[in-house]
Amino acid sequence: MTEIASNDLRALFRDVLRIRMVEEAIAERYAEQEMRCPVHLSIGQEAAAVGVCAALDKDDLVVSGHRSHAHYLAKGGDLKKMIAELYGRATGCTGGRGGSMHLVDPACGFQCALPIVGGSIPIGVGLALALKQAQRPQVVGIFVGDATIEEGVFHESANFAAVHRLPVVFVCENNLYSVYTHLSDRQPDRPLADLARGHGMPVWRGDGNDLGQVLAQSREAVAHARAGQGPVFLEFTTYRWREHCGPNYDNHIGYRTEEEFQSWVPKDPMAQLAAKLRAAGQLTAADEERLRGELAAEIAAAFAFAKASPYPDAATAGDKIYA
Amino acid sequence: MPEARELTFTAAIREAFDIAMSDDDGVFVMGEGVADPKAVFNTLAGLPEKFGKHRVMETPLAENAMTGVALGAAQLGRRPVLVHQRVDFALLSLDQIINNAAKWHYMYGGIYKAPIVIRLIIGRGWGQGAQHAQSLESVFAHIPGLKVVMPACPQDAKGLMLAAITDDNPVIYLEHRWLHGTRGPVPEGRYLTPIEQPRIARAGGKVTIAATSYMVVEALKAAEILDIFGCQAEVLDLRVLRPLDPAMVIQSVRKTGHLITVDTGWGKYGIGAEVVAAVAEQAFSALAKPPARLATADYPSPSSMGLIPGYYPTAEAIIGEVFKMGLLTQDAFDGAVAALRAQKGTLPIDVPDPKFTGPF
Ligand SMILES: Cc1ncc(C[n+]2csc(CCOP(=O)(O)OP(=O)(O)O)c2C)c(N)n1
Ligand SMILES: [Mg+2]
Repeated sequence: MTEIASNDLRALFRDVLRIRMVEEAIAERYAEQEMRCPVHLSIGQEAAAVGVCAALDKDDLVVSGHRSHAHYLAKGGDLKKMIAELYGRATGCTGGRGGSMHLVDPACGFQCALPIVGGSIPIGVGLALALKQAQRPQVVGIFVGDATIEEGVFHESANFAAVHRLPVVFVCENNLYSVYTHLSDRQPDRPLADLARGHGMPVWRGDGNDLGQVLAQSREAVAHARAGQGPVFLEFTTYRWREHCGPNYDNHIGYRTEEEFQSWVPKDPMAQLAAKLRAAGQLTAADEERLRGELAAEIAAAFAFAKASPYPDAATAGDKIYA
Repeated sequence: MPEARELTFTAAIREAFDIAMSDDDGVFVMGEGVADPKAVFNTLAGLPEKFGKHRVMETPLAENAMTGVALGAAQLGRRPVLVHQRVDFALLSLDQIINNAAKWHYMYGGIYKAPIVIRLIIGRGWGQGAQHAQSLESVFAHIPGLKVVMPACPQDAKGLMLAAITDDNPVIYLEHRWLHGTRGPVPEGRYLTPIEQPRIARAGGKVTIAATSYMVVEALKAAEILDIFGCQAEVLDLRVLRPLDPAMVIQSVRKTGHLITVDTGWGKYGIGAEVVAAVAEQAFSALAKPPARLATADYPSPSSMGLIPGYYPTAEAIIGEVFKMGLLTQDAFDGAVAALRAQKGTLPIDVPDPKFTGPF
């Protein structure tokens, strides 16, 4: 595995912390009932998003699903437009049409997020087809969950991408659950990555909460896809901390245990990274405090922007049905 | 007489499953999240514990395959009920529904049957947006071989579910989540609501309002206020969209001369169009005024509550149509609208009642 320079990790710590703080700010303010759309928070899963996006170039493309906040932010999506979208405001990234589940920011290569599970997979493969046809050097990252790859459309798309050697990086965040249903109720006991192997793809499997490992494996996988050798598949083990949809913890409702949740707390991707950087003398308490202060200010400004923005005019709701 | 027992719509559905599964070992439920702690908005609460997880069966994310699996199981005497937490998710299974299940009996010359039930939940509200709030009943109602029901009250929620499970044909059961919390009388024990006819939800002689699903609630709200202002509306709950029996609507229009349809889906090629066509074909001369069709606006459902005004038909829009038909004076119309708004108070536009909050 390629060595990761520790100053890379230092820079990426900021991105992980930023996503964590954004998601926590959403969770904290959700009860005010002003963000009136479903939210699928990424708390606990930030390292996969940040590591993969760090291995991608700025003009590479990304598609995601319902749980897309971290992917959007890691790829460089506009924070103000995201928060405004959650508030349903005219200044949101879709002008309030989509809400949290339809984030988009073409300026940074975040092509789309779609909440019909699996719906964005063939879109990503189609992007890759166009890139290959136009002989452009970019690759496409397709973020999926452990349940997303159960959908037939994953297999149909993977097969097509493989037979045409398309520049696709499948990124599967295995957080063990589909809503409140455990992996073992949905799939036999074998590595998820075997599904991709079956489609002839090289696979990498790693600890999705270890940013260094995510970054190293992602760099290898992206290089492979960019070299024209066809699609690749990354499987990262991770864990969702909050409820499937919404701001709360849900360990008490009966689908997973408090003990299971607690066993993941020491594996917190952010805390692990911070500890590593502190040990390497790269992050002092003062650094971290300064970072938190900067980010808190940025986030507060984004929420203020959203709340000060107008709602879209209802009279425009019927516009843009046809191009 | 003892007071009629009241249940919520949710509890009525749950009771239907409890009875169906107790009475027939072949009945089983399958879907994503059917055995999870949220129990599909509590409609299946306690049933996995009572009947076992093999009869309230979690599935992988595989909507099309699971529909075919249900159809296959039905060939050997099982009676599967598929559940989708949103109508939108079932779109992945249109191949098995439309190409296979709907035509199964016909294609094989009547040798085979397709006794499956597909329960679809309409996810309107709380910013669900374009892919989580579609209604789409007319897509299914377009297809010969399917039966399509849309209960609007707890009694029918139970009776139509029991009838659907008992029916030897594929039945699409569309359930609006804004109805889940509503209450009404529900008879005890097993009874079937025939998959045949509409229901008269309120009798009246001046105008016929033919509505589906949650729109029956809006129509009843309108009718109550209209009554105060001297206009008695007859509200018909269409409830069985396929096979559609227009006789009751026609009979009502012969009496009232005025027809308003109110759909939960889009108007174009919608249920209202079908009802108006049937009335025009069979009772054209009974119409004193051109009929009016109310439906969701002709674009995808937006997420922002700022974009929702004007999207869904409301009791106020129904009263507006009654006024346009000349059935209310200006004063009565103004009074009716004011009364309606007072009743609604400050309830936000994206929820049916104050207890309904996000995020799901
Ligand atoms: C076609 C379809 N079926 C079902 C759903 C409901 N749904 C939304 S997210 C989800 C779970 C997806 O799990 P996974 O892919 O593991 O992603 P995670 O939520 O764990 O991040 C389900 C079943 C949906 N949105 N689309
Ligand atoms: Mg998952």
